Amino acid sequence: MAKILVVAEHANGKLNPSTAKCVSCAAGIQGAEIDVAVLAADAAAVAKEAAAIQGVKRVLKIENAANAEPLAAVLAPQVAAAAANYTHVFGPSTTFGKDLMPRVAALLGVGQLSDIMAVESAYRFRRPIYAGNAVITVEASQDKKLVATVRTASFQPAAAGGSASVESANVTAQLPTHTRFVSRSAAATGRPDLQTASRVVSGGRALGSADNFKVIYSLADKLGAAVGASRAAVDAGYAANDLQVGQTGKIIAPELYVAIGISGAIQHLTGIKDARTIVAINKDSEAPIFEVADIGLVGDLFTILPELEKAVSG
Amino acid sequence: MSKILVGLKRVVDYNVRVRVKPDGTGVVTDGVKMSINPFDEIALEEALRIKEKGGATEVIVASIGPADTQQQLRTGLAMGADRAILVQTDSQVEPLAAARIFQKLVEKEAPQLVILGKQGIDDDNNQTGQMLAALWNRPQATFASKVELDGAKARVTREVDAGLETIEIELPAVITTDLRLNEPRYVKLPDIMKAKKKQLDTLAVADLGVDAGAQFKTLKHEPPAARQKGIMVKDVAGLIAALKQKGLL
Repeated sequence: MAKILVVAEHANGKLNPSTAKCVSCAAGIQGAEIDVAVLAADAAAVAKEAAAIQGVKRVLKIENAANAEPLAAVLAPQVAAAAANYTHVFGPSTTFGKDLMPRVAALLGVGQLSDIMAVESAYRFRRPIYAGNAVITVEASQDKKLVATVRTASFQPAAAGGSASVESANVTAQLPTHTRFVSRSAAATGRPDLQTASRVVSGGRALGSADNFKVIYSLADKLGAAVGASRAAVDAGYAANDLQVGQTGKIIAPELYVAIGISGAIQHLTGIKDARTIVAINKDSEAPIFEVADIGLVGDLFTILPELEKAVSG
Repeated sequence: MSKILVGLKRVVDYNVRVRVKPDGTGVVTDGVKMSINPFDEIALEEALRIKEKGGATEVIVASIGPADTQQQLRTGLAMGADRAILVQTDSQVEPLAAARIFQKLVEKEAPQLVILGKQGIDDDNNQTGQMLAALWNRPQATFASKVELDGAKARVTREVDAGLETIEIELPAVITTDLRLNEPRYVKLPDIMKAKKKQLDTLAVADLGVDAGAQFKTLKHEPPAARQKGIMVKDVAGLIAALKQKGLL
């Protein structure tokens, strides 16, 4: 029987929704027993949140002052030690999980399956390759522990309402001191989080400047949406790096995605193909974004946007 | 003598629209342009800049792949790497095996830094650098957008979901690159000629005594599910009407 350990992602005492999505993926394995590990300096608040996820049996608190910041080199030996009694170890395909999980796998002497998008059985999964241009079905050896990351855009978060037990786990692991946290700069925007927002308004190179990019923020605020950007817009300095959507940025699955002045390179499309409704506004009617858009509008964004903003406000 | 080891993977070129073979056994690679993985090109550029600023004395490029991978290594030498190592194999190499192979190269070359791309744009695995750091028991700084060396330490700014994170690591260490770390240089013709004379050693996986066994078996390849064809609207009023119809306004 599958015994699955999910590594919780959290920040500022709050659980990241990616954790409930990993639980949802794990629950796709028949008869799976699912535990969640919370590594933190003080894990109480996050553990309580994790215990409320439906389908979770136990929450393990792994507390250590060194766990105040999520440094992969520090967390990995503890996760590897905690994984001893499990058949599977899952983490999210966010920068947190991508950084940590391969290090855990290597410490365990096993490989990793990246970006699970569908579960077929305990050892058979589907995942995207080539920026989502192909989907492969992969079978993992049953005689090895399976470490994997979960493509969060492919799973709904498991519902709340669970009541798992919370326990303190003692793990014996040597923690390195060769890696130290210095700082993190995150723009406090007051807007919804791009990764989890139900609506996203994104701007591309056609915006032409950081100043012009403000029209994207303005429309997003009218729609209660998060702001995203194409790689071209980020490279050109119109938007911050954490707004990038695509193969190497964030993979998102909002209810509504509005792409403005984005031509739709394959690397961008791979980040949005799970969006429920895609709206594209672009002056080039041949732009590839229209091949995936549910609603397309050809025209100059600088005349369309003020009109659109007025219409949604009214 | 301080060395930097850089990994270069041979992959289908960034601009090729990859297609799945009709029989589902793989993707079409016959007659398709192959290049250095873009993230690895950024890794090499960073190593060359560090060397040019006096932070290293030698840049070694290494790859794992078929004999044709020599082309990508020659390009790396033309960019400015000092010598190249090809660990030749015609088999698929999983990231853990790649990390084990690099660990052997690290033992042999004792570099101060190993710089790898954060992911190959073919398998999109994003694992090898982290695995190498674990096996080597050294720091990892993944998804780097800025690297500042300071003696036996490095300060690395990383692109993370929340924004930018800065960490300090002791050397030797593994760094993996993100897109905005730098813009790789173009190769000039005289450098291509010069690169032909540079040292390129070829090893077999068996020579290194590495367990390159596979844990994963790919059963089939499929094209991604296509989205349904959408509608085009003429103006903002049409767009508003369409959004209302979908219950989005």
